[in-house]
Amino acid sequence: MSKPLHHIIALVKKDLLLEIRQQYTFYGIVLYVASTIFVLYLAMEQPEEKVWNGLFWMIQLFICVNAVAKSFLQESRGRMLYFYTIAGARDFVLSKLVFNAGLMILMSLVSLLLFQLLLGNPLQHPLKFVGMVCLGGCSLSLVFTFLAAIAARAQQNAAMMAIMGFPLIIPQLMLLMRISSIAFADVVQSGLWQLIALLAGLDLLVIVLAVILFPFLWKD
Amino acid sequence: MRQYWWKILSFILLLYTFIAGFLIKVPTIGNLYETIRNLFFHVPMWFGQLILVSVSLVYSILYLRKPQHNYDLYATEFARTATVMGCLGLLTGMIWANYTWGAPWNNDPKQLGAAIALLIYLAYFVLRNSMTDIDKKARVAAVYNIFAYFIYVPMIMVLPRLVESLHPGGKGVEGNPGFGGNDLDPTMRMVFWPAVAGWTLLGVWISTLRLRVRFLEEQKHLH
Repeated sequence: MSKPLHHIIALVKKDLLLEIRQQYTFYGIVLYVASTIFVLYLAMEQPEEKVWNGLFWMIQLFICVNAVAKSFLQESRGRMLYFYTIAGARDFVLSKLVFNAGLMILMSLVSLLLFQLLLGNPLQHPLKFVGMVCLGGCSLSLVFTFLAAIAARAQQNAAMMAIMGFPLIIPQLMLLMRISSIAFADVVQSGLWQLIALLAGLDLLVIVLAVILFPFLWKD
Repeated sequence: MRQYWWKILSFILLLYTFIAGFLIKVPTIGNLYETIRNLFFHVPMWFGQLILVSVSLVYSILYLRKPQHNYDLYATEFARTATVMGCLGLLTGMIWANYTWGAPWNNDPKQLGAAIALLIYLAYFVLRNSMTDIDKKARVAAVYNIFAYFIYVPMIMVLPRLVESLHPGGKGVEGNPGFGGNDLDPTMRMVFWPAVAGWTLLGVWISTLRLRVRFLEEQKHLH
């Protein structure tokens, strides 16, 4: 196994272990998801499919900000320096991207389940939508992971991430809403694969930018 | 003369834009009538905005390659002028939309793109001002500037293709990020491209003026 891959796996493992030991953060996010969707249920009951779709992705956005925001803040300065010397900035940011993508996919699936339970089920092709949810959770988490790194550097909280992130996430979000409309009815979406490729391309772009730019962010 | 010829050029080009822009004979397209003359003001502002943020991007990259304080100042000031240009472009666009589409705001994808662009660059200034350490501020802001630019440009390429637009060349899925440059009348093209150059040079001129003020301020603090 090559060395960087080894480092990345070790760092992801470390994040997982931390998450398992300090379970309150994990359950905190789950509770956030649950209470947000419950409030939504009280406000909207069972909305029609277009509203359902829009609400679902907006909720994913807020969950993502909250789930990802802490990923760089929890590391103290000394520990940061330690990781920097043993693994290098690139491996570190890649491990964070992988971990957060996994976390966000999990959270998206949990919120999909809760949406199904509380807000009704307008989905005609649930499997297609689950695929979209995984891709979407991944896309959102990538952008916000990098923004979390910037915000942590500026010693700012989630508000800064929202200011920076909401305008930047719009292309992904619009693509996601557009693509996921296929799960609601038997419509033929023209150029569907083109849209999915575009989304995957944007994700790739974010990863490349993160890998290139992150070392500058953590240099002191 | 070697130093400031482009300022004179900018002045002449803009003078030409204003005189020719209001006097030439314009083709009648749809319900545009005479409002089509706004093309010489509204569109070049966005061209200028894009060019100025690109200059800002270049200075941000230069800063990361070689951390010199000047590069950071350049990146900031070009982004600032670009934001002002963007505001003007949005305003002129809204006035135009009010007369041809019936309302200043129509949720047109390009209007949304314009609003997003402004939000992105306003966030850049908020981020800058949230830090006090000069070196850290410059580095983090440069990183954000580069990151934002590379998402912003694909976005303005993608967004108009996703949603139907009222802008020219925006019907159906054939929407394009530009403005169908081929159907620009030859006489209008004679004014349009000089207008783009004129407004962009004006933007650069304003940026350099602001930069001189900034440099003087810095010198004052040093002594």
